[in-house]
Amino acid sequence: MLIPHPLLGLRDSQEFTYFGDASLMWRPDPEAPEAEAAFCEYVFLRDNPAGVHRELWFHEQGDRSWLVVTRDTTTHEILGAELASDVKGAAQ
Amino acid sequence: MTRLSGGLIDRSRPLNFTFNGISYTGFEGDTLASALLANGVQLMGRSFKYHRPRGVFAAGSEEPNAMVELRTGARQEPNTRATVTELFEGLTARSQNHMGPLHRDFLAVNDLLSPFFAAGFYYKTFMWPKAFWEKLYEPAIRKAAGLGSLSMLPDPDDYDKGFLHCDLLVIGAGAAGLAAALAAGRAGAEVILADEDFALGGRLVMEGDLLDEALATGWVATVKAELESLPNVRIMTRTTVFGVYDHGIFGAVERVSDHLPTPGDKVRQTLWRITAKRTVLAAGATERHMPFADNDRPGVMLAGAMRAYANRWAASPVKRDDDAIAIFTNGDDGHRTALDLIAKGAKVLGVIDTRETAPKFGDYEVFAGATVTGTKGRLGLTSIEITRGGRSEWHSVGALGIAGGWNPNVHLASHHRGRPVWNERLLAFVPSPDGPKGLIPAGAAAGKGGTAEALEDGMAAAIKALAELEISAAEISLPKAENASAEQVAFWHVPGQKRAWVDFQNDVTVKDIALAHRENMTPVEHLKRWTTLGMATDQGKTSNVSALAVMAELTGKSIPETGTTMFRPPYTGVSLAVLGGGDSGPLFRPRRLTPTHHWAAAQGAEFVEVGPWMRAQYFPRKGEMQWRESVDREVLAVRAGVGLCDVTTLGKIDVQGPDAGEFLNRIYANMMGTLKVGKVRYGLMLREDGHAYDDGTCARMGEDHYVVTTTTANAGLVYRQMEFAHQCLWPDLDVQLISTTDAWAQIAVAGPKSRALLSRIVDDFDLSNEAFPFMSCAALTICNGLRARLFRISFSGELAYELAVPARYGHALMARLMEMGADLGVTPYGTEALAVLRIEKGHAAGAELNGQTTAQMLGLGKMVSVKKDSIGAVMSRREGLAADTRRLVGFRSADPQTQIMAGSHLFPEGAEQNMATDQGWITSACYSPHMKGYIALGLLEDGAARLGEVVVAANPLEGQAMKLEVVSAHFVDPEGGRLRD
Repeated sequence: MLIPHPLLGLRDSQEFTYFGDASLMWRPDPEAPEAEAAFCEYVFLRDNPAGVHRELWFHEQGDRSWLVVTRDTTTHEILGAELASDVKGAAQ
Repeated sequence: MTRLSGGLIDRSRPLNFTFNGISYTGFEGDTLASALLANGVQLMGRSFKYHRPRGVFAAGSEEPNAMVELRTGARQEPNTRATVTELFEGLTARSQNHMGPLHRDFLAVNDLLSPFFAAGFYYKTFMWPKAFWEKLYEPAIRKAAGLGSLSMLPDPDDYDKGFLHCDLLVIGAGAAGLAAALAAGRAGAEVILADEDFALGGRLVMEGDLLDEALATGWVATVKAELESLPNVRIMTRTTVFGVYDHGIFGAVERVSDHLPTPGDKVRQTLWRITAKRTVLAAGATERHMPFADNDRPGVMLAGAMRAYANRWAASPVKRDDDAIAIFTNGDDGHRTALDLIAKGAKVLGVIDTRETAPKFGDYEVFAGATVTGTKGRLGLTSIEITRGGRSEWHSVGALGIAGGWNPNVHLASHHRGRPVWNERLLAFVPSPDGPKGLIPAGAAAGKGGTAEALEDGMAAAIKALAELEISAAEISLPKAENASAEQVAFWHVPGQKRAWVDFQNDVTVKDIALAHRENMTPVEHLKRWTTLGMATDQGKTSNVSALAVMAELTGKSIPETGTTMFRPPYTGVSLAVLGGGDSGPLFRPRRLTPTHHWAAAQGAEFVEVGPWMRAQYFPRKGEMQWRESVDREVLAVRAGVGLCDVTTLGKIDVQGPDAGEFLNRIYANMMGTLKVGKVRYGLMLREDGHAYDDGTCARMGEDHYVVTTTTANAGLVYRQMEFAHQCLWPDLDVQLISTTDAWAQIAVAGPKSRALLSRIVDDFDLSNEAFPFMSCAALTICNGLRARLFRISFSGELAYELAVPARYGHALMARLMEMGADLGVTPYGTEALAVLRIEKGHAAGAELNGQTTAQMLGLGKMVSVKKDSIGAVMSRREGLAADTRRLVGFRSADPQTQIMAGSHLFPEGAEQNMATDQGWITSACYSPHMKGYIALGLLEDGAARLGEVVVAANPLEGQAMKLEVVSAHFVDPEGGRLRD
């Protein structure tokens, strides 16, 4: 697969380490009243959709960027790739 | 000799070769198959199951029969298709799959027993007794039914891998492929033209058709010369594109030197990973046959192959020149073979055409409305039975060509689940319209097999593909060509009582398919698995569609209703050696050497693999007979004097920025933000699920600068985790991370005399306990100006330091320390002594930080700060973890000289040993020279409250059980006075 790195252009997926569902970026509030239950869900439960999936890829053999890649799991079509820090920054 | 005139062989270059020990001569340009045919050899092997005599059936990579063991010695290669083996001087080949000589195979008795060997025979028969399968049945069946044999010697050749990128990949260099490559090449696009053959031209050079009123070889040569002159075109012959992968990535194998006697200084094969923006699939088509009774004798072959042997290789399929040749066809294509053979001067009996109104294109007999219903000839065809209107007669022939129609080579277009589509007009499956993105089938692969239409279609495909890339390609002037008539009728097999082979390589007959139908194995997927049809090394290239047609007839459904055959990579067999691409032996994975590796090697150190690293395990001295002697000596030297150990492999991460402290507070379970500059703190990281993850030290070198160390095993993983935390969780924190593991060589200087030794190399640095107490760190210079970092930390429990210098000085520093400490008895120690020292001190390491333990279990529960959040803090408090009472404690055996096995499980004395009574396990064990006996660390339920108790350590694998006393995990200096002195 080829991943369109937002800074470096198309890169071979062999340069990356896959990390799964991008929901890992949304760590629950540790101060919240039901924090433990929220963390259990955060740590152990992932969606595994047949279709569009937002997921984390680490450019480990490259510039060490964490990317959020949007990929169709049924076709491997890549619909976009963003820097994780941008995704997080935009949400904050 | 049955050599014809013409052909693309160089008669000035004869090549000698042997087949089954007999010497023959062929010419450059021959394949092993064409050379054998030209020498009148029809019998080339025995079939897989019934050991029937077999000859060559096809002229390309689809060959099911003519498989040989090529070469001898370590290069012996089984199951090599004679049809794609280029002849070279001195080639040696042997037929396979027979016992005794090829013409008198003793296992041919299997053929007489064939009623017992029907489909599913093995499944049904070799069921009982169960144990017999592995020990008796399978080895015996494999011996009788296997294909060729391996040399069992290491492969002496080198393999390589490479990466290529292009605008347009053209797969196949026949009419369509050449037109596509030429159009794209002239447009200036980056083009790769790949073909599995060693010559360009595909069917163009195998047919007698004319281009611009001359043999096609002339046009092919002209195009080849032009393509070779274009710097933007790369021609890759002997290269099979075997698989389509995501986003335009293709796997290809180039057989760099398979055609040479030995590779010499070249690699044998290269694995190419080709990334193409667009692809034209011009892979051509494969002819199919029509099963009839006894259709598998040597001399029976595809009519298109017969034509190819005659035109390209000037080889006749018969043993003797005066043997007649017959053609069996369901359409006009078979007649072309008759015409080409006649033009070459071969003797043609006639064309047996299944059509009542069969045409006639030349001076040969036509048996209209006729079929072939039988054959004779034990080791090669001698006669055939032709049946017409219920009347049968036998005719003497030396060879029979079968023309059952052509199947487009849709394989690569199906690699992404694109289902081939049935085309009723072509009576064939054509590539799915939703095949791999960016891949355009063209020419015969797309069902456009006429020469003129293939040329047109290839050019059009290239122009279309390049237009998508916004490269404008002009039409090229194509040579004048015709489309041979492809009229045919749907005729799939000749019904009859005798066996008619569908899949030659796996010996599957029409009867087997009928049996599968009777046993309700009608879905194609079941049919394949029950009969093994299409599951041989040729993947049923010549048989799959015929089998579908037979099954369709049995079920009364249409062919598309019956199913289709899906294809997966590889298109043809790929050797494991080339998939490794040269990454074998010491190159299998990188081996990392520490900065002091060569120094240690010069001292005679024994090394041990630690992840990718080679680390010194111990340093044997003269007279030491076994490793324990060396290790005990090294341990005692550290405890009594001073020792040196390379600890470079431990991970080092530089953390800098105004928010570094806050960032580390969130990474570590304990507080790091409050650490004072110049101080070091032991740190524990948790996983987000609350378990202990990794430990190490955190040194604050400056206000905004920390240096974090990790275990060797987790150096990369912790760094990745910290980058994740920084980029994905808290990008708002102003902090930067970089791994400096490789940048600094780090040496542990441990033992009561370590301060004395270090004082001899530091430049104006006060090492006194007051100025530089335990858990201090500093940047300094040593040895007159070399920049260094000094950490006063201890893994052994002794007064100790770790000294880091730029990696390239590691070797020199080790040598200097040894030299300066000679009078102090300085001793290098390896990983074994390091482990003993830490077990004696009760420090957790990899065996304790194994992902199943918590901070509490390790006695580090208080480190998990409740004043702040950190990764894993919330989950570490969940009941399931917090309620675990197992604690890290020490153990001593009642008899100190009895070894304790790490991994033993702990039980109360006198209790039955089972899961319910299991109270923990031994994590680490060693002989302690300090304690003069075996000691261990382990996790025990309520361990902290059970000091002095006796428990049983059981090792049921070896039937061992021993009594152990529970003691403190700190065997050495439990108060910690030594490391603070």
